[in-house]
Amino acid sequence: MSTKPDQAPRTRPYSPSLLPWAARCGLVLAVVVLAGCQPAVLDPRGTVGLAQRSILIDSVAIMLAIVVPTILAIFGFGWWFRASNTKARYLPDFAYSGRIEVVTWAIPLLVIFLLGGVAWIGSHDLDPARPLASDVEPLEIQVVSLDWKWLFIYPDQNVAAVNQLVVPAGVPLHFSLTSGSVMNAFFIPQLGSMIYTMNGMTTQLNLIADQPGVFRGLSSHYSGDGFADMNFQVRAVPADQFAAWAGTTRNAGPSLTPATYAELNKQSIKVAPFTYREVDPGMFSKIVSQELPPGPGPDSTQANNSVSPKTAR
Amino acid sequence: MLGKLSWAAIPLDQPIPMIASGMVGLVIAGVLGLILMKGWLPYLWREWITSVDHKHIGIMYCLLALVMLLRGFTDAIMMRSQQALAFQSEGFLPPEHYNQIFSAHGTLMIFFVAMPFVIGLMNFAMPLQLGARDVAFPTLNSVSFWLTATGALLVNISLVVGEFARTGWLPYPPLSGIAYSPGVGVDYYLWALQISSVGTLLSGINLVTTVLKIHAPGMTYLRMPIFCWTTLASNLLIVAAFPILTATLSMLLLDRYLGFHFFTNEAGGNVMMFMNLIWAWGHPEVYILILPAFGIFSEVISTFSGKPIFGYRSMVMATMAICILAFMVWLHHFYTMGAGGDVNGIFGIATMIIAVPTGVKVFNWLFTMYGGRIVYSSPMLWAIGFMVTFVLGGMTGVLLAVPPADFVLHNSLFLVAHFHNVIIGGVLFGSFAGYNYWFPKAFGFRLHDGLGKAAFWFWIVGFYVAFMPLYVLGLMGMTRRMQHYDVPEWRPWLLIAAFGAALILTGIILQIVQLVVSIRQRDQLRDETGDPWNGRSLEWATSSPPPAFNFAVLPRIEGEEAYWGIKQQAQRQANLGEEPEYEAIEMPTNSPTGFICAFFATFLGFALIWHIWWLVGLSMLGAVVTFMVFAWRDTVEYVIPAEEVARIDRANRRARSKALVLAHPAALTPVA
Repeated sequence: MSTKPDQAPRTRPYSPSLLPWAARCGLVLAVVVLAGCQPAVLDPRGTVGLAQRSILIDSVAIMLAIVVPTILAIFGFGWWFRASNTKARYLPDFAYSGRIEVVTWAIPLLVIFLLGGVAWIGSHDLDPARPLASDVEPLEIQVVSLDWKWLFIYPDQNVAAVNQLVVPAGVPLHFSLTSGSVMNAFFIPQLGSMIYTMNGMTTQLNLIADQPGVFRGLSSHYSGDGFADMNFQVRAVPADQFAAWAGTTRNAGPSLTPATYAELNKQSIKVAPFTYREVDPGMFSKIVSQELPPGPGPDSTQANNSVSPKTAR
Repeated sequence: MLGKLSWAAIPLDQPIPMIASGMVGLVIAGVLGLILMKGWLPYLWREWITSVDHKHIGIMYCLLALVMLLRGFTDAIMMRSQQALAFQSEGFLPPEHYNQIFSAHGTLMIFFVAMPFVIGLMNFAMPLQLGARDVAFPTLNSVSFWLTATGALLVNISLVVGEFARTGWLPYPPLSGIAYSPGVGVDYYLWALQISSVGTLLSGINLVTTVLKIHAPGMTYLRMPIFCWTTLASNLLIVAAFPILTATLSMLLLDRYLGFHFFTNEAGGNVMMFMNLIWAWGHPEVYILILPAFGIFSEVISTFSGKPIFGYRSMVMATMAICILAFMVWLHHFYTMGAGGDVNGIFGIATMIIAVPTGVKVFNWLFTMYGGRIVYSSPMLWAIGFMVTFVLGGMTGVLLAVPPADFVLHNSLFLVAHFHNVIIGGVLFGSFAGYNYWFPKAFGFRLHDGLGKAAFWFWIVGFYVAFMPLYVLGLMGMTRRMQHYDVPEWRPWLLIAAFGAALILTGIILQIVQLVVSIRQRDQLRDETGDPWNGRSLEWATSSPPPAFNFAVLPRIEGEEAYWGIKQQAQRQANLGEEPEYEAIEMPTNSPTGFICAFFATFLGFALIWHIWWLVGLSMLGAVVTFMVFAWRDTVEYVIPAEEVARIDRANRRARSKALVLAHPAALTPVA
């Protein structure tokens, strides 16, 4: 931050060209920096993410309107009223001004009125459980977080996949989420909202990928030793390719049954993506109702288990 | 016999904890050896370990915080270097170890750095500012401190014996339940916190009672310095919030030890209840930490601007508003649980409302500077650094309070950057300002100002270099607590952040150098008057360091800024006024109760962690017996004779008169 424009806010105004210049520089700099680093959250590829980005930017803009002058005033007052500045007026008893007090309470209040509106409307419009407005029937996907991988069940296609998510672009996606062991959060930064996954409970999430593309998905809630590898690739493909993918998936691979699920639910790290050709009916609700028991945790037969368990890698 | 404890508990195969603990062991042995050789033990026992003097206890709290800051910062350096290295590789810390490090970092920094630092400063300064002789319950104060030290000790023992929690600084079940964390790490966390939280709660009760009941004559509530108000608000929050923490952790302990099902996956346990409860404590905790820092900045900015605080009543109102609102916003820590638009919206707005009193405070500090004559000693630099940094941190905080924005930023490094922005920029900068500001009061000499300023610049630049990249990383979708990663775009930012950590390290080294140099040059830095900064509140009215009884004669308070008024009058009249009539003063006697209690509590905690049941029984018995012995004591107070009080006070009056004469040559009245 420059200390140049801080001179004497009280006695003479800022030179007129200085502020817009600083603002323009800052904006250009911000754009350059952020463009260079592929900011997933600021580069959304779906309606939900786009709406969230604009809320994010609007909120920051509203707040900057008060934050920037405040910071400039801190530097300005701090510089001008330094003890060595003989030109500054010393007001040793200036400790109250009704007018200033009204303003100091009013400014944050007004900003909060504005932002509170943004928050209230935004938290309703972008409630993760709220279905997206679309003419297209949404695709149902059931998500189960496990130690330490993701299981995606497509109930209508009757297939499932581990650590990879293939979805049709332009089709609303309705996720029902739970956890087969500890808490996690399901998050595809470029599509928008994250949501927790919890054992014995179902959460809802609605997203959409507007265009075909490949995105990164991850767990954004720490879940233990294999957490760092709980990533998955999201491929949004045209609708016909999605149907083709479901078709080929149905032709090969194991099937997801209580027995294979129990095997999958044991702790493992860096599981390579694979698919299940068919899914036993009601698997997801059996996981939620704990008819299929939660994951067993660390191997209880290892020597140091009750002191400091190790995770097999 | 030894429960779960065996040689297998000591991680002999892991060089990092072994070397670290070996070095710590050497340092401890060296310090103990030095103490024994020099024969300092009786002095330490008498003046510090068994002391019930609020000033000594406050100083010990701050010392504990500074030592734990080194430990917590070592963890931070390891995390930053791990993330700098672990691009498409495992780095140098396996997950079992890395996960312990970030858990220990958060736990230490909040419970054993930030908490003891602010409690220490409140303990030290608040009774002096109120014109009190000590806190309301002096022996209880000592118990509080030593129980906090027990907690810190247990966390550090986990480095060598067993493991620390791998569950983050807040152990969310079911991960922290016995099924997923069968090791002793979570137990270390739980018992360390249970024991130290008892200390914190007792300290909260003590300090609330002190602010409400123990005043010099005429020190009405609306004449108290802002720091006393923030102390009151912060400790009211402690009293209201810490029982929630104790209850929540007790439930988790019951789950882990006795097969209860409060928060398990099975048998109707509910993890969402844990999140609600832990944050019902956790959010007030944030304000427990920041309110005292606000108070310190109010004192510092007003003193170094040479002006009263602007809008005193507004400040008091804002403080108490924050105190109440702090309890109404806990849900914003888990918008992403899916509670729905109404709930999230209401908590979003409630959170933003806290920004109003906070904003008012910033403006009031700003107008305190307006029309001032600002002297840039290091406490004031910390204050300016705080104001700028905290405004930015507040902005990102309000952004995170907007539920739809939080849906894409929650748990990301953006969040990590935000809370470091407010906790380092607010709590830590505040504590450092307080440390530099009150150090001469505590020891009678100033800290070296040049080195203090150098430390400040490294800290603040280091802070921005270390944490601004984390904001960017959060926007790039990097989540927290990653042991390794494979996204190439993240790496440069993590390297910059690691460099920032190195700058902060330089700042910390400069702070240590500052302390050493100041002690060596204490004669040049000596402050004879007890008022090195031209202060305005009562702590500057007594000598530095203050005598055990603080004030020879309790001052009579006539208005806000008690000492400023007295000083003005002395300057007008060109003398200190008549020598008061000295009387004998009764002070509480020293007591080893706190230390012995904590001694048994340490064994109690250790035995509970390792399931050594006989030792559990024995140490509980020891603690109860200690309490009984204390309860049956015969002598409660000792008397300092009037002549002794007079002797001590006259020396201080002489120094003050000399300073008065130097400042106002007209004042030539000889001192009585």
